[in-house]
Amino acid sequence: MRDNIKKVLILGSGALKIGEAGEFDYSGSQALKALKEEGIETVLINPNIATVQTSEGVADRIYYLPVTPFFVEKVIKKEKPQGILLAFGGQTALNCGVKLYEGGILEKYNVEVLGTPVQAIMDTEDRELFVKKLDQISVKTIKSEAVDNIVDARRAAKELGYPVIIRAAYALGGLGSGFCDNEDELNVLAEKALSFSPQLLVEKSLKGWKEVEYEVVRDRFDNCITVCNMENFDPLGIHTGESIVVAPSQTLTNAEYHKLRELAIRIIRHIGIVGECNVQYAFDPYSEDYRVIEVNARLSRSSALASKATGYPLAFVAAKLGLGYGLFDLKNSVTKTTSAFFEPALDYIVCKLPRWDLGKFQGVDRELGSSMKSVGEVMAIGRTFEEAIQKGLRMIGQGMHGFVGNKEIKIDNIDKALREPTDKRIFVISKAFRQGYTVDQIHELTKIDRWFLQKLYNIMMTANELEAYSDVKYVPTDLIKKAKQQGFSDFQIGRSVLKDSMTDAEQTILDVRKLRKEHGILPVVKQIDTLAAEYPAQTNYLYLTYNGEYNDVNYLGDHKSVVVLGSGAYRIGSSVEFDWCSVNALTTARENGFRSVMINYNPETVSTDYDMCDRLYFDELTFERVMDILDLENPHGVILSVGGQIPNNLAMRLDEQKINILGTQAKYIDNAEDRHKFSTMCDVIGVDQPRWKELSSMDDVNEFIAEVGFPVLVRPSYVLSGAAMNVCSNQQELVQFLELAANVSKKHPVVISQFIEGAKEVEVDAVADNGEVVMYAISEHIEFAGVHSGDATIQFPPQKLYVETVRRVKKVAREIAKELNITGPFNIQFLAKENDIKVIECNLRASRSFPFVSKVLKINFIELATKIMLGLPYEKPSKNEFDLDYVGIKASQFSFSRLQKADPVLGVDMASTGEVGCLGDDPAEAVLTAMLSVGHRIPEKNILLSTGTTKQKITLLESARMLVDKGYNLFATGGTYRFLTENNVPCTQVYWPSEEMQPQALEMIQKKQIDMVINIPKNLTSGELSNGYKIRRGAIDNNIPLITNARLASAFINAFTTIDIDDIKIKSWDEYK
Amino acid sequence: MQKDRPVSLILDNGTVFHGKSFGYEQPTNGEVVFSTAMVGYPESLTDPSYSGQILVVTFPLVGNYGVPVGSFDADGLSSFYESNKIHAQAIIVSDYSFEHSHWNAEKSLGEWLKAEKVVGIYGIDTRELTKILREKGSMKGKIVFEDENEIEFADPNLVNQVAVVSCDEVIRYGKGDKKVVLVDCGVKHNIIRCLLKRNVEVIRVPWDYDWNDLEFDGLFISNGPGDPNHCDITVENIKKTMNNTDKPIFGICMGNQLLSRAAGATVYKLKYGHRSHNQPVRMVGTNRCFITSQNHGYAVDNTTLPSDWEPLFINMNDDTNEGIRHKSKPYFSAQFHPEAASGPTDTDFLFDDFVKLL
Repeated sequence: MRDNIKKVLILGSGALKIGEAGEFDYSGSQALKALKEEGIETVLINPNIATVQTSEGVADRIYYLPVTPFFVEKVIKKEKPQGILLAFGGQTALNCGVKLYEGGILEKYNVEVLGTPVQAIMDTEDRELFVKKLDQISVKTIKSEAVDNIVDARRAAKELGYPVIIRAAYALGGLGSGFCDNEDELNVLAEKALSFSPQLLVEKSLKGWKEVEYEVVRDRFDNCITVCNMENFDPLGIHTGESIVVAPSQTLTNAEYHKLRELAIRIIRHIGIVGECNVQYAFDPYSEDYRVIEVNARLSRSSALASKATGYPLAFVAAKLGLGYGLFDLKNSVTKTTSAFFEPALDYIVCKLPRWDLGKFQGVDRELGSSMKSVGEVMAIGRTFEEAIQKGLRMIGQGMHGFVGNKEIKIDNIDKALREPTDKRIFVISKAFRQGYTVDQIHELTKIDRWFLQKLYNIMMTANELEAYSDVKYVPTDLIKKAKQQGFSDFQIGRSVLKDSMTDAEQTILDVRKLRKEHGILPVVKQIDTLAAEYPAQTNYLYLTYNGEYNDVNYLGDHKSVVVLGSGAYRIGSSVEFDWCSVNALTTARENGFRSVMINYNPETVSTDYDMCDRLYFDELTFERVMDILDLENPHGVILSVGGQIPNNLAMRLDEQKINILGTQAKYIDNAEDRHKFSTMCDVIGVDQPRWKELSSMDDVNEFIAEVGFPVLVRPSYVLSGAAMNVCSNQQELVQFLELAANVSKKHPVVISQFIEGAKEVEVDAVADNGEVVMYAISEHIEFAGVHSGDATIQFPPQKLYVETVRRVKKVAREIAKELNITGPFNIQFLAKENDIKVIECNLRASRSFPFVSKVLKINFIELATKIMLGLPYEKPSKNEFDLDYVGIKASQFSFSRLQKADPVLGVDMASTGEVGCLGDDPAEAVLTAMLSVGHRIPEKNILLSTGTTKQKITLLESARMLVDKGYNLFATGGTYRFLTENNVPCTQVYWPSEEMQPQALEMIQKKQIDMVINIPKNLTSGELSNGYKIRRGAIDNNIPLITNARLASAFINAFTTIDIDDIKIKSWDEYK
Repeated sequence: MQKDRPVSLILDNGTVFHGKSFGYEQPTNGEVVFSTAMVGYPESLTDPSYSGQILVVTFPLVGNYGVPVGSFDADGLSSFYESNKIHAQAIIVSDYSFEHSHWNAEKSLGEWLKAEKVVGIYGIDTRELTKILREKGSMKGKIVFEDENEIEFADPNLVNQVAVVSCDEVIRYGKGDKKVVLVDCGVKHNIIRCLLKRNVEVIRVPWDYDWNDLEFDGLFISNGPGDPNHCDITVENIKKTMNNTDKPIFGICMGNQLLSRAAGATVYKLKYGHRSHNQPVRMVGTNRCFITSQNHGYAVDNTTLPSDWEPLFINMNDDTNEGIRHKSKPYFSAQFHPEAASGPTDTDFLFDDFVKLL
């Protein structure tokens, strides 16, 4: 190891966004652990306050600042590290590192890049350099040749080999491009394309090729290993992040596997990686031909997956290699005895499936393609493909039970749906099998390898066999066993047998469970040990399977374990914050003499790092699987309140099975979850709520609205399309929404709530012990109610609440805690208007904001809650949020740029994919830092304003004045222009796309003449939304910062007009006292 | 699929595993060994080193890509296999893919096993079986269909397996300036291919043939099955070559063990051997490490190497010998398989090193 390195700076990836999510918390945490082991002082820059890596004890100093060259330079200047790690914070950290290098900053402060040299990074990032680099070692890449006449086009196509794809250069929207299988087709297409474009790009078509990846590691002594290879279920053309992926590859022969492995090693050596990289290939399904698609010279989503799939801690090892170690110096962290220089042998198959949340977005394009839209992923482990994929389909958590046994989906044209995949693709395959499509037919339409399709067909065949019975009792034992080995859940077996006669699903599940236990059909626990059982390993990394007869581990039955249920796939509304909560619960249990046991299946998390607990079950969080594990573990108890809604939903059913639920008891959880029970309770204890009613006819709806008045919040129980909730401001909108999006009927009632305009939203995060509040944090949203709390910008401690409001909030929280006998974490959301407060939601579990308030206040709410739930002694914290001399701001990160066509507007349904939390000595400083951290920029000079209703226009009038005073040029659309002019704020009028006058707002955006767009929709009705849609979408597509909420816009403008970016203090977390 | 015949694997300690047959239906016996390789079942099954053995594949999904055609090229070498037939007694897997998918496949694994009269079992808890083999060492086992007494246990190591799989006569391959005598102890075809690719003439001789009278530039001692202590004749012939000439010698696997024996070292049986694609070895005295393909049950005792010899490679997991070299003469060998097939190709350079010495 190098001994001149005493202090190292590591860059995080910032807020979670599509394409850059929790995996970098995992890799960063691993790197920090590796450095710590060496006694190196660590400095971390990452504004993502909800992560594990930004917790106490992980890094020595933490800066909640934007990962941009500007701020990183300032931190370097202050901290004077000798080394910097760029590979652990995704593309954000890598890009920032390259800029620091190019700007001479690293050289200036004498900071050495540890691991892969920056030149090597640049060689992989720049397409042209990359192709040239691989040409040097005769490795094939995907190339396109530019030609300007038909003769050259023919020659190029011939050289590349048919089929080819031709694209017209400088043509938008793929105009003039297409596939040619032979020269005749090329002649026709090329001629046409040349007629409207002077240049053609001829490229080899790799349509239908396999996509295969290798994770490669190299040390500075040139020793290389490939830790894992992975194969995509979906053929080339669908982004890896959107594809189902298996590890190891399943359809490659030895010759193919090792050909690509050898190439991967040749590439990593030639590029000069020190650490880890991944190599992606396109692979011909009909020969051994290949192309390298790309090389990622950093830890990636795939490397996190590979680490979890194999048990090989890639990030940890990469960090050690960066410090100068050789692979031969390091030990395998699973066996602890064998060398880290080895390639894991798996004796199971893993299946990664993406989780989409496209239903949350208006107008989004659902077709899968070359850009990533998924917001999370799951990893399923099994010993057959059928078992792994069915587990995975359940883990995704979108109401599916596996490959079969789901609610029918409606597909108009199956051929088309197979050919043009969407997020529903696998269920379309299921449907196609049902309709008699053969494996070959589906293969022709999807190009998915027949091997995968055949395995799916096996599942369908077993379902057919089960369907021949009508009573579970008569299904042969062998058939039940086969179904379980193919990953059928008890529910799927029940539904296949009972069909429509299954009325009580929960009872059926219990019946099947009982039956199969009687027949001795039980899953076994197997270890993941990196060496396929070749060497003994004391590994605690486990999964369950029906494809085996013996357990790998012994159970002591001493009731000393505490099982923590994790949060599953990251999704909009539940992500890294619950991972932080889970990890803290595990750590607290462990530190207090319990064996900590984790159940979770999200490969992007730290909670699924087997070092974080005494036992990790990388498996499902369904009732069935949790019960399987609890039957084996026989634990002291189960913690349901730190993993978000998935564990919370199991409370009642686990309670019925006499499981010891630690913390608030199930019936109270049910009292809070059940709208009616909760309301009754509020009435009894005199706590106010916005009025609401569950209604099942239009007449009742109208009658209720006549009482409460518009606007109302409408929540259908059955949604046909679009978002699940909507605010309706008048009768016409109401009728339109209910007709278009929902059906009101006895079977599908709708919940209508009074919607209070201009109300503040206040949250309480708290911990109680036997109904008594022990600790609380009250925070305040910047936006008025109507923006989902997950999208809102939150200030903590609250800055503009009346003392009386605070007092009332506290009082109500105490009353609810007492009434529900809360023990553990809980969260209540309030509306506050003129000291009148109403409860809108209450969750008897940790909320999204727990890490934020814990870190700002520097009191770990989860540690406290866990101690209480375990019945351990604790000290009641004496600190109070009103003692703080600083402010924390939690701001939301949106990923609209990835979601083509989606309307980037905020509403009652959550849309953000991540968040940051920044500190400041005053609100303006904290707001500015937080906004810069989620990708906003301080505008240069031109700002486009469309500021909504009169009220909103008034809200922004002062801001507009501040902008003008600061020298900004304002451009405004009609109404806003008139309003500003009337109020003596100088501005230039611009026009909507529907108006035929100049200058056009959209054109200015496209020409990048605008530096910031403030577009406030008047309300959330479709008519209003469509007016501004093009402007908002234009801003996103042209990478211009966009704000759609008046109060947030005002806070941001206030921040950047009153303080300068240079005024932001470079203070680490521990310096806020 | 329900109709597959039930079949049992019985180990010599009495442990029984129940599975179903997907290959030839006939009782069989052998030494039960496991391999953790995740690809390459056609190569493994045709590797003569598995002669007399029942192969347990720890990766649970097997048969996915079928089996390529069993054709031969002009030299008489198999196009895709490692010899002209399956040498293992049986293959044991967890989940067999009845339907395969690959452009290069001619038949399914099950069809191939049936045609070659080799037993195949699926539905076995191969991880548990592997753990037993790991703890107890490789064991004798038998596979029965109806009655446990259908067949007796047999220890293939008592038989000279090399004699079983070696060629019967001298065979010459290729044309080149240099001639290499290849002692066939059960040679994998890819070793011959690796030599031919480097433009040498290969003279393949039976294991007990005295090549010292032939005209040649270098000696190659191949891999092979079983106990190296059966091959005294080969050892004597190697000694003769070393005594009479300074011609380069290169050995692989069994070749490493026979060269060591000729040098004066002893060979012992490992508890359960190395059979995988992920064995790490380090070149002694350097920072150069390689991932290797291995398949052996015996190892050279480093401590018994005479003073003019030294270990060339060491296994990084258990410190066992992975190759030797002479301190002054052009003799060296590897316990692993630089020719791969199946497995990683990292140490292919050893063939270059050898050919350069000729």
